[in-house]
Amino acid sequence: MRKHFKLFGDAPFFLFTKKYFISIWMIKPITFIGQRTILFFENTGAVFIMLGRTLRYLAHLWSNRQLVADQMMELGVRSIPLVLFVGVFAGAVASVQTAYQLEGYISYNYLGAATSVAIFIELGPVLTALVAAGRVGASMAAEIGTMKVTEQIDALESLAIDPIRYLAMPRILSGFVMIPVLTIFADLIGVLGAYAVAYINLNLPPEIFFGSVKEFFSLLNVFSGLIKAFFFGGITAIIGCYVGFSTTGGAEGVGQATIKAFVLSSALILLNDYLLSMILF
Amino acid sequence: MISIKNLHKNFDSKVVLRGVDLDIYDGERLVVVGRSGCGKSVLLKHILNLMQPDEGYILVDNIAIKKVQQKDLFFLRKQFGFLFQGAALFDSMTVEENIALPLYEHTDMQSEQINAKVAEKLDMVGLPGIQKLKPAELSGGMKKRVGLARAIIMDPKYILYDEPTTGLDPIMAANIDKLIIELSNKLNVTSIVVTHDLQSVSKIADRVVMLHRGQIIFSGNVEDLKKSKNEVVYQFVHAEAEGPIQPKPRKY
Repeated sequence: MRKHFKLFGDAPFFLFTKKYFISIWMIKPITFIGQRTILFFENTGAVFIMLGRTLRYLAHLWSNRQLVADQMMELGVRSIPLVLFVGVFAGAVASVQTAYQLEGYISYNYLGAATSVAIFIELGPVLTALVAAGRVGASMAAEIGTMKVTEQIDALESLAIDPIRYLAMPRILSGFVMIPVLTIFADLIGVLGAYAVAYINLNLPPEIFFGSVKEFFSLLNVFSGLIKAFFFGGITAIIGCYVGFSTTGGAEGVGQATIKAFVLSSALILLNDYLLSMILF
Repeated sequence: MISIKNLHKNFDSKVVLRGVDLDIYDGERLVVVGRSGCGKSVLLKHILNLMQPDEGYILVDNIAIKKVQQKDLFFLRKQFGFLFQGAALFDSMTVEENIALPLYEHTDMQSEQINAKVAEKLDMVGLPGIQKLKPAELSGGMKKRVGLARAIIMDPKYILYDEPTTGLDPIMAANIDKLIIELSNKLNVTSIVVTHDLQSVSKIADRVVMLHRGQIIFSGNVEDLKKSKNEVVYQFVHAEAEGPIQPKPRKY
């Protein structure tokens, strides 16, 4: 056996033993899975520690009102055009698709009810949150990440200013508050978009469309959507801040952080959408 | 007084500090020299607890900075000014907002008083009237001087300088050196300067320590540094390619 392998060069004999095979090819994946699991729990723990520190600063909300107002402006008010754009087309598409499904089975008189419920409980909150994850979550990660790699976070600390209070708290609070507000805008414009399509394509009169919206309107549906939006907004901001604070490695690191924040928050929004739907409906 | 006791720091498998012991006395201008990447900046960041040691501790006015609560840590940090290597100015703020930030955060001063103090500090660093500019509009030397104005705005007891003259032309570097000496004399602060610029060392140092392979291998005044028989110190001071310090080939 030894002679045989000698023919293939100086490869040490132990490379071909069963023991080595077990140690390398079986233990390595287990080690990898173990390391990943530890890393997952480490990161999850760090996110909750950051959230805990953020919540502690809510007691000093009044003295930090300007920081919070600035972030609400950035996260909320400046996102309105994009959210309206997405909302109107989401409503329009919902209307077209629903009309297609109702055709020949159910009267178009129920089109308003079907599309508005879909917008209130699903399309409004989820699309608003996904848009926010792209526009705001990623920009938070990029902004804080750039501050991290250029020592601006260290500079804040050296000036005896806690970055969690100064950077994370206003952003996370704004995320929780402003995404539901944006969702209300998306809901309203979504229903209008749906009606516009119904009027153009099906010549459906407004009293029929909005009559059915009113008939099947339930505050519970709207609040369920807003509860979802509340959690989605929090997730987007928390992930954006956490990823930003964890950034290393210069410009490339900032780029990676931006992608990571968007992918992670989008995935968590969809996962939580499922979980919250199970709980709420 | 700052006392650094048996400080150890590793980054994964890379050992950066291996038992640093150093006392920094009130009012002195201490310069820490050593090759790039030898752990000078890491040492400086430990003093403010921006990094935590793996072993050892640091006493600031007999208070162990590692063990204090966040509130007390922030109280201690208010006694420090830190000039970062790249100035670390906040990009989104103007020069005035950068310098005034600690005053708005930690004092009850009115806007007029704050503006007056910002103007006074900008005068001190030789940059009057640039309050409304953004960091992106400043040259490297101006950024460092604005960083210095921000570092001294709270009238600190200690100022830490991380490579204050790196990347500057000789005249600007000389200006920064002059500022360090003036601030030290005028405000009677304790200065700790990390650098590998030997011209600066000659001008500003009351005492020099040299960091090599994570340990302090020399402590003395500038004359002692120049006359040192230690081979490592000799090679560093005389900027010789041949000697015990050799750049390690990096493994890829």
